[in-house]
Amino acid sequence: MKQIVLGAFLMGILWGCSQENKEQAGSDPPIKKEVSEAPKSTDPMDNKGVGPITSLELGPIDQAMVDEGKTIYDQMCTACHKADEKFIGPAPAGIMTRRSPEWVMNMILNPEGMVREDPIAKQLLVEYNMAPMANQGLTEDQARKILEYFRTLE
Amino acid sequence: MKPTILNNFALWAFIVLISFSCNNQGSTPSVLQAGNVASKVYVAPGEQDEFYAFLSGGFSGQVSVYGLPSGRLLKIIPVFSLDAEKGYGFNEETKPLLNTSFGFVPWDDSHHPELSQTNGVPDGRWLFINGNNTPRIARIDLTTFETVEIIEIPNSGGNHSSPFITENSEYVVAGTRFSVPFPQKDVAIDSYKENFKGALTFISVAPESGEMDLAFQILVPGFDYDLAHSGKGKSHGWTFFTTYNTEQSNTLKEVNASQNDKDFIAAVNWKKAEEYLAQGKAKDYPTSYTHNVYGEDTHMATSNTVEQVKVLIPSECPGLIYYLPTPKSPHGVDVDPTGEYIVGNGKLSADLTVHSFDKMIQAIENESFETEIDGIPVLNFEDVVAGSVESGGLGPLHTEFDAEGNAYTTFFITSEVVKWKVGTWEVLDRVPCYYSVGHLMIPGGDSKQPWGKYLLAMNKITKDRYLPTGPELNQSAQLYDISGDKMELLLDFPTVGEPHYAQGIAADLIREKSKKIYQLGENKHPYATTKEEDARVEREGDVVRIYMTSIRSHFAPDNIEGIKVGDKVYFHLTNVEQDWDTPHGLSVMGARNAEILVMPGQTETLYWEPQKPGVYPFYCTDFCSALHQEMQGYIRVSESNSAVPLKWSLGETPS
Repeated sequence: MKQIVLGAFLMGILWGCSQENKEQAGSDPPIKKEVSEAPKSTDPMDNKGVGPITSLELGPIDQAMVDEGKTIYDQMCTACHKADEKFIGPAPAGIMTRRSPEWVMNMILNPEGMVREDPIAKQLLVEYNMAPMANQGLTEDQARKILEYFRTLE
Repeated sequence: MKPTILNNFALWAFIVLISFSCNNQGSTPSVLQAGNVASKVYVAPGEQDEFYAFLSGGFSGQVSVYGLPSGRLLKIIPVFSLDAEKGYGFNEETKPLLNTSFGFVPWDDSHHPELSQTNGVPDGRWLFINGNNTPRIARIDLTTFETVEIIEIPNSGGNHSSPFITENSEYVVAGTRFSVPFPQKDVAIDSYKENFKGALTFISVAPESGEMDLAFQILVPGFDYDLAHSGKGKSHGWTFFTTYNTEQSNTLKEVNASQNDKDFIAAVNWKKAEEYLAQGKAKDYPTSYTHNVYGEDTHMATSNTVEQVKVLIPSECPGLIYYLPTPKSPHGVDVDPTGEYIVGNGKLSADLTVHSFDKMIQAIENESFETEIDGIPVLNFEDVVAGSVESGGLGPLHTEFDAEGNAYTTFFITSEVVKWKVGTWEVLDRVPCYYSVGHLMIPGGDSKQPWGKYLLAMNKITKDRYLPTGPELNQSAQLYDISGDKMELLLDFPTVGEPHYAQGIAADLIREKSKKIYQLGENKHPYATTKEEDARVEREGDVVRIYMTSIRSHFAPDNIEGIKVGDKVYFHLTNVEQDWDTPHGLSVMGARNAEILVMPGQTETLYWEPQKPGVYPFYCTDFCSALHQEMQGYIRVSESNSAVPLKWSLGETPS
């Protein structure tokens, strides 16, 4: 009996200790408890995502950028994204009616941060079977051209 | 079951201990309270070391990379030996690196790593290392930590005094430890004195690419050329090689090669050699050696055979080489940071002999020669010696230097490091090593500007230092703090293979240049597939090439049919990831081969000869994502006369 009491006490100390360690670990950003909460705005077009792109104004479609964007997309993205059908990840066709341009570019440029912090990206990760979006190391310029190409996909 | 008082006490002690350590997990790590020594090697989780240390792998044939002062093992770089973990020597791309004039040699004994230098200081571009058994020198690119070149050394029988670079990486050198018939021929072994010769080889290093080229060999008497170091500062332009077996014995060398009271340090004036080469004094000797180069863009090595070598004969080239008499079978030869002092570590004696470069030049100018051997003048010992260190130790092997004018010498027999003052030869301190120390390394300790701070002793004997692992033990190394007057033992860690020499360099010189991925756009591999839509299978006779891609977490294609028994199947896998630390592996059931492990943007090839009809799985070996277990495919093998058509797919499901 004594042993059980001692054992319980011991476990208590160990547990307390490990809890303390967890709080001190601190190098990862804290995980926000928002899984069950709905995003504040219900319109996904208001969500700019998490990453380097905070604001983007779109002008008329630039065909040269579209062409370059398609080349980069074909080279770097098609292992997981087919233009018109769901594959490993979602199809980009029509994405500009579902997501803000900033969100799209942030998803390309900062996939790790997006699936950690952006509610839509988090939801998509679950929906797509936990397949992580690969960071293909693209520049902002390359991502912008891919975005231009996406504007032509309906 | 009543616990005894003792048990109770032990439990309470344990609890107190846990509470104590728990309370200390805060601002002050408890290790600081454990003592000053521990704090000196404590690199906190997530922090990085101050120095890279490159340790030769000895009979493992590889190089191991450690962080100092923590002793963390960072990587094993495969060099001369097969490494199934990385597919090195198993994949088609790296097999040619291990090609020699004897064919594929999958192992060697790697001894002395040497960093490239600029102005006599390690610059962090390349690491060179010698293979002793089938004489070779390898070059490792320090942006990728991969072996990118191996050159074979002809007319050599044990490439030990190598590579010991010159101060602007003009040359790496290769002196033969075992003299052999030059060129090789079938003669009686006891005709040693008549037929056996030594070769001192100088291999140039291209300033931009680092590519090696065998510039010339010097034909020298058939001694054993043991170790070397190149001059620096005032002695830049010279390279020094120790010799033993000047008795030229061919049997029972343990006794017969230790008869002479003095052997020699050979001093080679390689700038003079360049003059003689320019004058056309070199003779072209027919030979055969291989030169293997890994293409940075093609991700593939090619092997070329060279049929000729330029040879300089000392008797025809006055001023090219001199012998400095040095007591007792000198092992290491080490040049101090000023370039003035040349330390001969006479391994069968108690004392160290230090020669003066200035006195050597003076003696040469005075033509004060004791005798001449095969056209090589032998200087008078008294004319060149600067002093001797009366150490009190036995069996000196190697010496390194700090930036404060001190030298540190290992003593094998008395198992210790002795610190002494360069110039006064006064012994300042000594510490024991565990056990039987061979080489030592101080970061930058054989350069013009040592970083100092730490000394790593690499030992030959381990015995009881660690938990026992049966009869065979890893070697051991000890790290000492040398920043104070007295050396202080800090850390003890096991090493891989038998490390001979090592090199240390400030981490900043390498860290920022370290490559994270290979750019897909720069991939020039002839069988690369940089877009998944180009993934395919092609048959040409019985050769089947699978142009395959990988990304988290699938291969394309992942269903392949129409392969036949007896086919020669090449899986050319391109990893189309472009993010750091996202390799994919590939292994095939029953393949008499290793896996391949492909870095982002890289292409590697696994060769497979299917033996039996059936359907065989292949899969990714490197845990890559939450869907890694799903990263798998099937390949169907039919009888050799089968009519099953060639077919490949990804994601097709029967309707």
